[in-house]
Amino acid sequence: MRVLLAPRPQPVAPRVLAQTWLLAFLVLALCAGTAWAQAVTPARPSALAIMLRWAPLITWGFLFNVMVSVLAMALGTVLGLPLGLSLIARSSPVRLVGWGLTQFFRNVPWLVLLFYMMFLLPFELHIGAFVLPVPAWLKAVVGLALPVSANVAEIVRGGMQSIPEPQWSAADSLAFTRWQTISRIILPQALRRMLPPWMNLYAILTMATTLISVIGIQDSLTLTRAAIAAESRPELMVPMYLFLLLLFFAYCYPIARLTMALERRVQVRG
Amino acid sequence: MTGPVVAFFTWLNDRTGLNFSVFTDSYDGGRFLTGLITTVELSVLSMVFSVILGLIGVWMLGAGGIRTALARGYVQLFRNTPPLVQLAFFYFALGGLLPTLADSHGAQVPVVSGFGWAVVSFSLFAGAFNVEIFRSGIEAVPSAMIEAADSLGYTRLQLYRHVLVPLGLRICLPSLTNNMVNLVKTTTLAYAIGVPELLYAAAQIWSEEMNVREMMDLLLVVYIVLVALLVWTMERWERALRVPGYTP
Repeated sequence: MRVLLAPRPQPVAPRVLAQTWLLAFLVLALCAGTAWAQAVTPARPSALAIMLRWAPLITWGFLFNVMVSVLAMALGTVLGLPLGLSLIARSSPVRLVGWGLTQFFRNVPWLVLLFYMMFLLPFELHIGAFVLPVPAWLKAVVGLALPVSANVAEIVRGGMQSIPEPQWSAADSLAFTRWQTISRIILPQALRRMLPPWMNLYAILTMATTLISVIGIQDSLTLTRAAIAAESRPELMVPMYLFLLLLFFAYCYPIARLTMALERRVQVRG
Repeated sequence: MTGPVVAFFTWLNDRTGLNFSVFTDSYDGGRFLTGLITTVELSVLSMVFSVILGLIGVWMLGAGGIRTALARGYVQLFRNTPPLVQLAFFYFALGGLLPTLADSHGAQVPVVSGFGWAVVSFSLFAGAFNVEIFRSGIEAVPSAMIEAADSLGYTRLQLYRHVLVPLGLRICLPSLTNNMVNLVKTTTLAYAIGVPELLYAAAQIWSEEMNVREMMDLLLVVYIVLVALLVWTMERWERALRVPGYTP
């Protein structure tokens, strides 16, 4: 049995990490370099010192972006799984509704959906006697989770359809119900194939979280712009934005590499 | 707007309070139409430049040496950073470094407008994805074809022009359609730097007319129609390009 398995690809994690850190270092050096070159005027704090002063705050804002992305991904996955199952349902009205929802949320710009949620979700919920406030960032999470759920649905459908048809008929002949077939036979096998595109979607979502700054929530981009405005030193703009780009790159690039490695591993060889 | 449309939406407003001012007020209608045209222009220009960038990138990927490394670096950098931050970087940081010119009224205007930076930024962003898409298409071309071209004495440029690009393009058209749909949706980011595209025009109208919900609904419908038109065109193109009997 062992010989039938495709050779395992070399572990890539250490090499990837080394590359990422090397790149991170290079970009940081570039930021510092630009800052250093511009730090010629005496009496004023150097651009590098200013960068270092603001870096923790911008990193803090970036962690907020990460939190929003994790929450939106969780909610989107929870919503997307049943939506994906509806796409391969046997009843055609269910399929039609699922298809309509998926197409709608996949084809509408994320920013427009975010605006929609910001304006149209209530700012507090009345449940019986309780009044629950709905903060803006929670609305943003919902707004981001909707397009994510439609994309998760497509991933679920693709993963389930990639499982060979004989698996379905074999389960049928063993008298599994449809639900048992899906939950015990098809989904466990499909999950492996769904993981790479799901991670890819997560990286896209993380980058999309900066959109919340447009609708007035304080995130890393808002903080970067505030820092630039507070210092009123136009020469700081390039290093500041490069620093923010670097933060996202250092987070998303390893995910992309890991996705590619996983993809090669679950690839079906002809 | 023609009579019956104005009459219908005026009636709707009187009857239900749904204020579609875009159809009843010619000023709002004009602004919305300008926004629509800007969005279409932004999308088409970015599409054209991103495809050109994708072709250059995939050519460089196969060239070896420093050019391969450059193309790889470009793709990874633009794929793994947020497009909104890229746009901010181009418009605020790089745009701030460029000199300003005096226009005919003597006012200082930047050399590259917000619209220009948006085209640059979106083309680079979508172009990075196009490089990967074209690469996957070219890799799917059977190696026998490449060997045949080699044995016929094709140069590398001829190989790309007559074999790899025509065949690879047909294979990767569905992925290209996907990326172009994404690009149309990404053009809404131009709102953040004040380019008067569709979302910007809608926001201006709803803050004056207080018809947020109606404008939002209209926006969603317009974007769905724009994307549907694009997908329809691309699918027609895909059918027109299909080589009967050839499946790679």
